[in-house]
Amino acid sequence: MRVLFRNCFSIRIKPLPMQRLEGLSKLSGAERYLDDEPLEGSLKGCLWGMTVRSPISRGTIKRIVYGAGFDWSTFVVVEPADIPGPNETYLIENDQPVLAPGYVRHMHEAVALIAHEDRNLLRRAVSSVRVEVEAEPPVLDFRVAPHADQIQRGSDNLIKKLQIKKGDVHAAFANAFKIVEGEYETGAQEHVYIENNAMSAWIENGANGDVVVVRGSMQCPYYVLNALKHALKRDETRVRVIQAPTGGGFGGKEDYPSTIALHAALLAMKARRPVKIIYDRSEDMAATTKRHPSLVRHKTAVDKNGKLLAQQIEVILDGGAYVTLSPVVLSRGIIHAAGPYTCENVLIEGKAVLTNSVPYGAFRGFGAPQTIFACERHMDRIARALGLDPIEVRRINLLKDGQTTSTQQTISGGTDRHALLNETLRVSEYDKHKHESEAFNKTHPYLRRGIGIATVLHGAGFTGNGEVYLNSKVDVGANPDGKIEVLAASTEMGQGTNTVFTKIAADAAGYDTADVLVCVPDTFRVPNSGPTVASRTVMVVGKLVERAIDDLAVQLGQNGKPLRGPSLKKAITAWHAKNPGKELKGRATYTPPPNVKFDDKHYVGDAYATFAWGACVAHVEVDLRTAAVRVLDFTAMQDIGKVINPVLAKGQVQGGVVQAIGWALTEEFKFKDGGMLNNTLTNYIIPTSDDVPPIRVVFHENPYPFGGGGAKGVGELPMDGPAPAILNAVAHATGADARAIPLTPEHLLPLL
Amino acid sequence: MNVLMPNTLAEACDLCAKQPDLIPLAGATDLLVHWPLRQAEHDKTYLDLSKLRELRAITWAADSVTLGALTTYWDVLQDPRVKSDFPLLIESARQVGAIQIQSRGTWAGNIANGSPAADGVPVLMAYDASVALISKSGPRIVPLHEYYTGYRKSVRRSDELISAITIPLRTYDFSVFHKVGARRAQAITKIGLAMTRQSATPATWRVVANSVAATVKRCPAIESLLHAGSAIRKPEDFSAAIAADVTPIDDIRSTADYRRTVMARLLYHSLKGVNPAIS
Repeated sequence: MRVLFRNCFSIRIKPLPMQRLEGLSKLSGAERYLDDEPLEGSLKGCLWGMTVRSPISRGTIKRIVYGAGFDWSTFVVVEPADIPGPNETYLIENDQPVLAPGYVRHMHEAVALIAHEDRNLLRRAVSSVRVEVEAEPPVLDFRVAPHADQIQRGSDNLIKKLQIKKGDVHAAFANAFKIVEGEYETGAQEHVYIENNAMSAWIENGANGDVVVVRGSMQCPYYVLNALKHALKRDETRVRVIQAPTGGGFGGKEDYPSTIALHAALLAMKARRPVKIIYDRSEDMAATTKRHPSLVRHKTAVDKNGKLLAQQIEVILDGGAYVTLSPVVLSRGIIHAAGPYTCENVLIEGKAVLTNSVPYGAFRGFGAPQTIFACERHMDRIARALGLDPIEVRRINLLKDGQTTSTQQTISGGTDRHALLNETLRVSEYDKHKHESEAFNKTHPYLRRGIGIATVLHGAGFTGNGEVYLNSKVDVGANPDGKIEVLAASTEMGQGTNTVFTKIAADAAGYDTADVLVCVPDTFRVPNSGPTVASRTVMVVGKLVERAIDDLAVQLGQNGKPLRGPSLKKAITAWHAKNPGKELKGRATYTPPPNVKFDDKHYVGDAYATFAWGACVAHVEVDLRTAAVRVLDFTAMQDIGKVINPVLAKGQVQGGVVQAIGWALTEEFKFKDGGMLNNTLTNYIIPTSDDVPPIRVVFHENPYPFGGGGAKGVGELPMDGPAPAILNAVAHATGADARAIPLTPEHLLPLL
Repeated sequence: MNVLMPNTLAEACDLCAKQPDLIPLAGATDLLVHWPLRQAEHDKTYLDLSKLRELRAITWAADSVTLGALTTYWDVLQDPRVKSDFPLLIESARQVGAIQIQSRGTWAGNIANGSPAADGVPVLMAYDASVALISKSGPRIVPLHEYYTGYRKSVRRSDELISAITIPLRTYDFSVFHKVGARRAQAITKIGLAMTRQSATPATWRVVANSVAATVKRCPAIESLLHAGSAIRKPEDFSAAIAADVTPIDDIRSTADYRRTVMARLLYHSLKGVNPAIS
């Protein structure tokens, strides 16, 4: 391929596995995100929508005063009374209102909605609105037990409590060579998707009456559909959800789009005109979900070689003001808390607690990065307490096939995690960097270098029986011209779903990729293949794509013998010639791999159908003058089954590492009265390209038979290891025993 | 918003004299941050100086160099003589925003905006720059270190415009610029330092710090310490002088403690071996 950059220069790129389908349109700026859409077609006569928000963290709303100086008859205003159905955002528990129903539980909670065609006038009008709230005592620190007047849920503000128990930790502690304890903390994290939340809504005529159509930036069209059905009291023939090009999600567009979709729909229904709601960056940062802050305590019994005899782990997550996804984030968090190690005695107790901050939600890794951070820092501290090499402490404990995890899941699959670790050390030039750093530190006046490691695992797909409950479906349409079209609700949000589905479908059908189409998710056209989350798209949904094609190929074959390639194509065109105007589809519904069983009451069994494995090495430099940490070099090794597209997979790993560097070092939330104070990209510090080191990405390929194309999940694993590896490297460089992130210079300085 | 675009400097001065609440624009990079959110800014009247092309030039004279009111960071980065005679200007220009900002943002705008975190101001002050102000009632020159009177306050009257910045040509045998931000690029300074030493006898030191007081600040106590040749053996030996010169605060970007400690360490490690008294 030859790419011409105007008349400046040209470069030659060698042929790649498969180019990102929408890569050129995004690179050239041709792709239209919702904010770029002209107000024509469905958006003709569109109003802009904005949100009136709570000024404080907790209280009873006394009244809403719409400011003087505006002709309010020209505005469309929506308050809770305008909601046709229950004022609830449909999710695990329906405790989060669509609009605050007389009380507020967090700063910036949506109280009312306003629309107008003049965007600047609307901004002024919204800022003129005063929400008068009688304050009640908020809970602003999840680590502290609440007072009686702070209780807002049950008797103790607990959102969820979970336990994993294996063996007998207490007996093991009694006989231990040594007990090592530690407390670890991680902060909130903002997703910083490039495209802010954006949603549009309009009304169309349909067979069963009018249809509310919502189109916008989202990860999970059927979550949005369910939320609309519930609060608008409509069935799925009268609400329709379409995904617009989505500029990143990272979990931040998992559940929040349900809220903003309801807001856009309510305004459009009241106005009887199309409505667009586009959050600006400050509003998006202040009002939408974040990664759960965590506090994790470890108490570990070891023998003199560092072998784990007992792991007692307590996990506390800040859930924020409503339940939203916290129970399942906690679940994934505790299942990953013991790390990729074998230990016969494990007790893990987890709880998610309510506080009066923005509801914490899904974010790449979903609880696992928090608990793995604690585990991997703790492994290094165990090594230090015993005077052992941190690599050896990991080697002696790494799971081998046939051994069991904390939930007593027997690990299988043939990945040699010791070989993976050795290869990571080799690729990263671990020994060389270690020795060079130690020599460097003896002579330099103020720079200190060090190296750190982390070994990790990540369960792909929904936890436990989650995939069975989801019961995901994929269809494959066979078009009259012989092309096939993948019909799934899994979204492209920059990670490459369209490209990878095209490749998987083409391989399964024996087609050229040019003869495969992927339908834009639209609930009138695609079945529910589940949410685009949990590293499940390629592994779980990709497998369904293959099976739906098998189903089509068998339907058209003779005596159950599937057709492939040109004969499949010919059979499709022949079928359409015989059945003009009819639809031909292959279908697949999820079935779990054999022998996967999980007891979700006792948290015993196969928590995930499979795990992806990884190890990483960080080489860092600390400036003793400023306490700034710079990552000099990074290596990420992973077994994600078969790699479907090496370029996209590498991109996932590099992106995850960068996001984790930010989480580990700079991305600090500053709060004032429970609200985000630094809700701008000037003061919420994500890494720039100059802060990113060379990243050595290596895949260890071991095909997983029950994943699409042999793949396991890749999306989240890269987020798990970097933060502890970086802090372990800082400890090696300086001796600073930092146990909380983000480790900003202001926090590190007193430890040096 | 209302924007006035004068064709000549005289016309600009007339407009300023008539409308004292005009906001001069020389690049507008500070104004456009969060523009949609700052609706109140939309109601103001701006004096866009971009048509006054003659204010863009960098002019070298026998004993000084003059940056026009519209000279950008990029212009300075492209000037080979600045690189040899005033290397700190180059270092600071490279660390202002990214190329987009460097190509629009101006040195005079940086002074006029009055942020204590301004990156262009400390290096100018360390080179003893002065500010030329002009109005209908005539020109005047103010040394840059006497320009600020408080947080975002200066001696500039509302009818005055900055027309130029003049830097004397001198020989320096030591100069250093430090910008400590929360990341390696695209950062607002948490603590910054510009230092020069003139090679005359006796040597003359200039020490300027930013983001540690209400304004960018010359540090006379530290300068005296250096002129006196007081023995300094560790960063903490600067603490008393730092306390006399600057008043850092806890804010959204850093803490007063961090700023004081890092300032001492930067001073110590930059000067160790340079100044014979510091080891």
